[in-house]
Amino acid sequence: MKRHLVSAADLSRDDALLILDTAEELAQLSGRAVKKLPTLRGRTVVNLFFEDSTRTKTSFEVAEKRLSADVINFAAKGSSVSKGESLKDTALTLQAMGADAVVIRHHASGAPARLAQSDWLHGSVINAGDGTHEHPTQALLDAFTMRRHLNPGLGKDLNGRRITIVGDVLHSRVARSNVLLLNTLGAQVTFVAPPTLLPIGIDNWPCEVSYDLDATLAKSDALMLLRVQRERMNAAFFPTEREYSRRYGMDGLRMARLPEHAIVMHPGPMVRGMEITAEVADSPRCTAVEQVANGVSIRMAVLYLLLGGATLADNHSTNTSEAAK
Amino acid sequence: MSSYLIRNAQILGGPAQDILIVDGLIEQIGTGLTADADVDIDAHGLIALPGLVDLHTHLREPGREDAETVLTGTQAAAKGGYTAVHAMANTFPVADTAGVVEQVWRLGQEAGYCDVQPVGAVTVGLEGKKLAELGAMHDSAANVRVFSDDGKCVDDAVIMRRALEYVKAFDGVVAQHAQEPRLTEGAQMNEGQVSGELGLGGWPAVAEEAIIARDVLLAAHVGSRLHVCHVSTAGSVEIIRWAKAKGWDVTAEVTPHHLLLTDELVRSYDPVYKVNPPLRTAEDVHALRSALADGTIDAVATDHAPHPAEDKDCEWAVAAMGMVGLETALSVVQQAMVDTGLLTWEGVADRMSHRPARIGRLAGHGRPVSVGEPANLVLFDPAYRGTVNPDSFATRSRNTPYKGLDLPGRVHATFLRGVATVLAGELVEPGELV
Ligand SMILES: [Zn+2]
Repeated sequence: MKRHLVSAADLSRDDALLILDTAEELAQLSGRAVKKLPTLRGRTVVNLFFEDSTRTKTSFEVAEKRLSADVINFAAKGSSVSKGESLKDTALTLQAMGADAVVIRHHASGAPARLAQSDWLHGSVINAGDGTHEHPTQALLDAFTMRRHLNPGLGKDLNGRRITIVGDVLHSRVARSNVLLLNTLGAQVTFVAPPTLLPIGIDNWPCEVSYDLDATLAKSDALMLLRVQRERMNAAFFPTEREYSRRYGMDGLRMARLPEHAIVMHPGPMVRGMEITAEVADSPRCTAVEQVANGVSIRMAVLYLLLGGATLADNHSTNTSEAAK
Repeated sequence: MSSYLIRNAQILGGPAQDILIVDGLIEQIGTGLTADADVDIDAHGLIALPGLVDLHTHLREPGREDAETVLTGTQAAAKGGYTAVHAMANTFPVADTAGVVEQVWRLGQEAGYCDVQPVGAVTVGLEGKKLAELGAMHDSAANVRVFSDDGKCVDDAVIMRRALEYVKAFDGVVAQHAQEPRLTEGAQMNEGQVSGELGLGGWPAVAEEAIIARDVLLAAHVGSRLHVCHVSTAGSVEIIRWAKAKGWDVTAEVTPHHLLLTDELVRSYDPVYKVNPPLRTAEDVHALRSALADGTIDAVATDHAPHPAEDKDCEWAVAAMGMVGLETALSVVQQAMVDTGLLTWEGVADRMSHRPARIGRLAGHGRPVSVGEPANLVLFDPAYRGTVNPDSFATRSRNTPYKGLDLPGRVHATFLRGVATVLAGELVEPGELV
């Protein structure tokens, strides 16, 4: 694996499967009374969040603590980024503190990539969501959830599975990371959205595109809803909430038209009513809550593999040799 | 005054000839000239071109002297082979009064490396609302002929119409930065395949094209001169081609970087590639090269936009837009246009000296290299091969996209009214040889 996880494109099929398999093994931990591994003892992981995200931040923090890392939460909120020095200065500070890994969430697309390529900082950079660009650990946890339902087992991929992703693709980092990773894992992706919420050039992405949700339901093994921000309405991306909901919202009727085995996914937080009805959100086919749990396992696996060692099997020897240095 | 004998220079790429410069003028051209000149230059293998004229330079003084001053900017210009530059108006304070344009003009005179022709703002404070005192700026010592709110688009159609009409009184030209503001809200790079993948706000080509289309129609309607700044899209080229075919007085410029670089480079998220207008696609680059070759685009203009390191050593979203360009322009043009066979050296002289001087109405520049003309000259070595090293730049800023790249050619010498400002690739101290 590369030193950083900035984009889902950084992951080969083998890398991705290694992460999923490792997460599967780590997931067993959460069932135990003592949920901790000593793997990252003595390693410092910084959560650098320039943008509020309680869910992602908590998920990373739990993962880090379960691996016994020293965790520093660096809330960059409120610091001035208008002149642009703050990311660099913050990075230099973290470097001085000896950060082994930086988990970064930033409102600007490309900020983690810039951090990874700069000489500001030497530790691993993990992208926890950048602007409208990518969110690779979210894509990994989504893939993990899909594999568990659609093709369970270590070493298994998503070959031939059909995944429909519905909603604001234009502004979604989840969509960008998912299309890359799902392709790497052999799945077929279809994006469904009004044309205003699809990026220019999507015709060349490795996916299908449709404006018609109803036409895609019957052939979806998983249907993933993307969050639609209400302010998009004011920017004329679509006329009204009601119209959006009618054309692209997930309700009981539409859920009934999915194949028996199909799941409904949502990265959260869900806007009930507009993009998903309570009936769907609370149905056993909706994996939103399960996705949250899987997020911890996936983030443990990513941190473990980037910082700890190659596989769980040689975990012990890796740790002792690290400690001896 | 001083005299120079330049031996065996290829004038506009032609056969080797000697050029004798005395007291600021080209006194003789011929083969085997014998003269007792102060300085003898072996110009074997060098091409002699008229001193380059830039229609679009940001000198940053007054206000952002940390990025550039008139002195360092004109030193960079001289090193790039320029003898005249148009200094854009987006300074602090804005060059929207006779006082500011005169100040910039005088600073250029005092520096002595290159003639500085200030561009006056079209509207007060570049705000697009109220016409600046265009006539007073023209009547000042700076004798302003080019007016531009560059950096911002004059997007109000009525203000644009009035400006175009008004400058007719003193043969002025409005140079428009074509950027429809609503279509480019939050824009960070060219809108297309790459912006979609990178999740960066897109800057659609149509935001430039729509304004150019409107402006050529306005200029035709009022019978005035329009100059289009830094054309960057294939569609813009088509509109300008159409306007010229109609016989309208529309001229246009392209930057060196838009002739060479594409938006694929933005994948690195390195802010050195962040520029306004943004780098476009390979198809656009192709169209711009063709248009410059066939004369649809009149001039190469650098849009030299110096920024201090801290404004670029940051994440893409907050980085300043722009790149320096004076010292690499001729090399980039050689690579993009001459080495590709699209333009001869005669063509380069036309697009980088004659036509820009004519658009800016600069009488003493852009003249032919012939006897009796003012000795504004550049000697260029097209065979030189070297790696771009920003540390050797005269400009105060280092925001070049060519760092570490091999670009062909090098300016060997530049003469401003018969006085060398650059010799053997190095700046000459003013007065050193006078
Ligand atoms: Zn401009």
